[in-house]
Amino acid sequence: MFDQSESFVTEDGRTIGGVMMEMKNITLRFGGVVAIKDISFDVREGEIRAIIGPNGAGKSSMLNVISGFYHPQDGEVWYKGGKRPPMKPFEVARQGIARTFQNIALFEGMTVLDNVMTGRLNHMKAGILSQAFWYGKAQREETENREIVERVIDFLEIQNIRKTPVGRLPYGLKKRVELARALAADPKLLLLDEPMAGMNVEEKEDMSRFILDVNDEFGTTIVLIEHDMSVVMDISDRVVVMDYGKKIGDGTPKDVRSNQAVIDAYLGVAHD
Amino acid sequence: MFYRESGDFSETYPADSQTFPIKFDRYRYYAVLVVAFLIIPFIINDYWANAILVPFLIYAIAAIGLNILVGYCGQVSLGTGGFMAVGAYACYKLMTSFPDVSIIFHILISGGITAAVVALFGLPSLRIKGFYLAVATLAAQFFLVWLFNRVAWFYNYSASGQINAPDRTVFGHLVTGPNTDAWAKYMICLVFLTFAGIVARNLTRGSLGRKWSAIRDMDIAAEIIGVNPLSAKLSAFAISGFFIGISGALFFSVYLGAVEVGEAFGIQKSFLVLFMIIIGGLGSIFGSFAGAAFMVLLPVLLKNVLVGGLGWDTALAAHLEFIIVGALIIVFLIAEPHGLAQLWRVAKEKLRLWPFPH
Amino acid sequence: MFPDQFLFAVEVMLNGLMAGVLYALVALGFVLIFKASGIFNYAQGVMALFGALTLVGIMDGQVPFAHLINAIFGTNVHHFGWHVPAFLSILLVMVVMVGLAWCVQHFIFRHLVGQEPIILFMATIGLAYFMEGFGDLMWNSEIKKLDIGIPQGGSMWIEEATAFLGGSNFYGFFIDKLEIVASVVAIILVIMLVAFAQYTKQGRAMRAVADDHQAALSVGISLSFIWVLVWSVAGFVALVAGIMWGAKSGVQFSLSLIALKALPVLMLGGFTSIPGAIVGGLIVGVGEKLFEFLIGAPFLGGATENWFAYMLALLFLVFRPQGLFGEKIIERV
Repeated sequence: MFDQSESFVTEDGRTIGGVMMEMKNITLRFGGVVAIKDISFDVREGEIRAIIGPNGAGKSSMLNVISGFYHPQDGEVWYKGGKRPPMKPFEVARQGIARTFQNIALFEGMTVLDNVMTGRLNHMKAGILSQAFWYGKAQREETENREIVERVIDFLEIQNIRKTPVGRLPYGLKKRVELARALAADPKLLLLDEPMAGMNVEEKEDMSRFILDVNDEFGTTIVLIEHDMSVVMDISDRVVVMDYGKKIGDGTPKDVRSNQAVIDAYLGVAHD
Repeated sequence: MFYRESGDFSETYPADSQTFPIKFDRYRYYAVLVVAFLIIPFIINDYWANAILVPFLIYAIAAIGLNILVGYCGQVSLGTGGFMAVGAYACYKLMTSFPDVSIIFHILISGGITAAVVALFGLPSLRIKGFYLAVATLAAQFFLVWLFNRVAWFYNYSASGQINAPDRTVFGHLVTGPNTDAWAKYMICLVFLTFAGIVARNLTRGSLGRKWSAIRDMDIAAEIIGVNPLSAKLSAFAISGFFIGISGALFFSVYLGAVEVGEAFGIQKSFLVLFMIIIGGLGSIFGSFAGAAFMVLLPVLLKNVLVGGLGWDTALAAHLEFIIVGALIIVFLIAEPHGLAQLWRVAKEKLRLWPFPH
Repeated sequence: MFPDQFLFAVEVMLNGLMAGVLYALVALGFVLIFKASGIFNYAQGVMALFGALTLVGIMDGQVPFAHLINAIFGTNVHHFGWHVPAFLSILLVMVVMVGLAWCVQHFIFRHLVGQEPIILFMATIGLAYFMEGFGDLMWNSEIKKLDIGIPQGGSMWIEEATAFLGGSNFYGFFIDKLEIVASVVAIILVIMLVAFAQYTKQGRAMRAVADDHQAALSVGISLSFIWVLVWSVAGFVALVAGIMWGAKSGVQFSLSLIALKALPVLMLGGFTSIPGAIVGGLIVGVGEKLFEFLIGAPFLGGATENWFAYMLALLFLVFRPQGLFGEKIIERV
């Protein structure tokens, strides 16, 4: 349960609070295929929680369950102390959950600036009349949110491409723009689906730095799926390991690294 | 060399996001407004009004409406003809039931009624997309034409099934009916088009426009980041319907004066407006103007050159028009899906560099 | 023996079934192209019109583009003066349709590989307009009579044989011989098409292309060959439909509206299903005639056939978008 008394301070001075979100006995099926089998884990406020596992383990599906895009046949999602009723993805977003996607889901017809501005859509409330005649609230909101977005753009160092149509950007920059869009929403919980996929060492270092900065400066809780073991071990506070839809490990990076089941899953062991 | 932006910096965010950031463009826009409002009304004659300017203004409003739905929000609609009919018949019923109210209100209310009808037919868009949605809008098209044909209440039980626009004035000048001056017809349509253009421009560059484009580009991602797809899509349908309804009301009352629903608002009308926005440019307000101008001018040009100039007969000119339009649609879809608006943009880019090649 | 109203309803149903068979045939042409290329060919109806126009033009010995030639050169030619027998004309028209299929594939859809369905659909709308103008330019737009020897008129045999079913006011089922011939031809064609798609190598290749252009390319299937094949088959189907309809009501513009009738059939049956096109066609054929007979004419002022099919299809689209037999679409992120 969400319990403030359980918060503590890590070695590098960050505060990690009580449990913010809990997945309880989640089971997800697509027709005959079971993507997630009875998985439970929790996420504490302010921590960086990694989900790792071989391909096809069901990690992206788990994020989709958290986003409200998939509805599990069994199990419950608890968020901020209460059981979350079945809700549509856009309602989940309004609860302060933002995410990036494994295969980039940017709006290719728009510029970088417009894409990041879409991250602010839940915070822009001006009515249609005000927008139609561009006075009062609509005008002010646009300028205020533009300032917020410009700060995010500064933070992620993408100022020089803000007017470029997103379709023309290289892969690494697209990933950064997607992160910007997620950050612009000012989320409490940030879900990152393989944010370092396809990047070289330098780009990964940049991205790791951004993720750590976001967590440090804004206290954002982060759940990330990642394949690069060194990154995971370096930046995460706790790790969940999945394989074939089941949870086979849960704990600090050190615990997980020496877990036999995890080693077997990655190196491969003959299954009976 | 004269089309430059060096030295032309924006110092505030509102300045950065205005419609015409380059000074030259802005002056060009003002010049167009001056010509449109202050010069043309004094030199216009009946032929130019009826053959070119008035249909252009009216179709431009419809094109803006359809572009909002198709170009910005990505929801394809083939029901434009039927929806224009809703605007026309709503206007007719209002004019005949409340003869003392100004036609301006009738037109605006017709727009509102059409908005509601189009939003209703837009409900299936929550479950079906793209091409399947286009087909559903065809159902709306056929049904609406049948409705206005069969249900006699809509045409006040007249024997011919036609609806006729009674004479109406604005500020003392006739705008409907056979005795209307050319400039009066032109002015009322121009005012509505300017209104439509400004509102559409504001909506499409604000948060609503961003929601529409997000739905168009990747609706699943849009929903996951917090866009409510129902309200975004329905708002696109409704606002699109508002403009299309105004266009239909003007088409009936000011332009034609008398209308028979099958001829005036059949499926060929739906395709006509669709072609305007494909050729003009999807997702561009300027493109809506360009496409409307093109499709209005083409048959006039063909008739003048082929029939007037070479003495061919009108059937031949009509056949050639079909061939040219069909071929152009295909060419634009293959080579330049963003239509004339994109060609214009590319031309301007080159002009900015001229006389340097790059 | 049976009450008159019931017998009239049965007659309406029989006529509906036969109209349905023709709808199914037209819908099949669409399904083939859609299965192979993801394109809904709005121009299918205009292709039927063009086929019929060319057939009449060849049979009557018309000079192609006569109108245009006369306008440019000031001449006054219209006919060559000969008549080509029906059978030979049909073969020649088929050659033309294959040529048309090649042109369409080469000049249009080769450049649109991988585009979204809606873009492809709009391209076929452009094609429809183009072909309509082109067909009119080539053979002029007057209504023509198409006579290739199909028997017409009510079948006396059936009328007399069924007269006993009703009372003194019932004269037997009135069923047009042309419709019977059309139905038989359509059924044969449908069987041939189904066999082609299911059992031949080309049919399988066609289905592969329909699933995934890139994947089909990567296993060595020639997209352009399959597409020319598919458009030719569709053209042939269009031609048959054009002949049947043209013989019934003359070769004129309204023939091209067949496309609009096929849409609800496909929505009902599923865009990718051959049995769906058949079942959908029959349902629409019977449904619209029965609806008009039972409800449309008495209560709604008639002429409901214009939109009944669409409304039915719309209901299906909302509750079961894949139609009766189509494949469900799952979206993933």
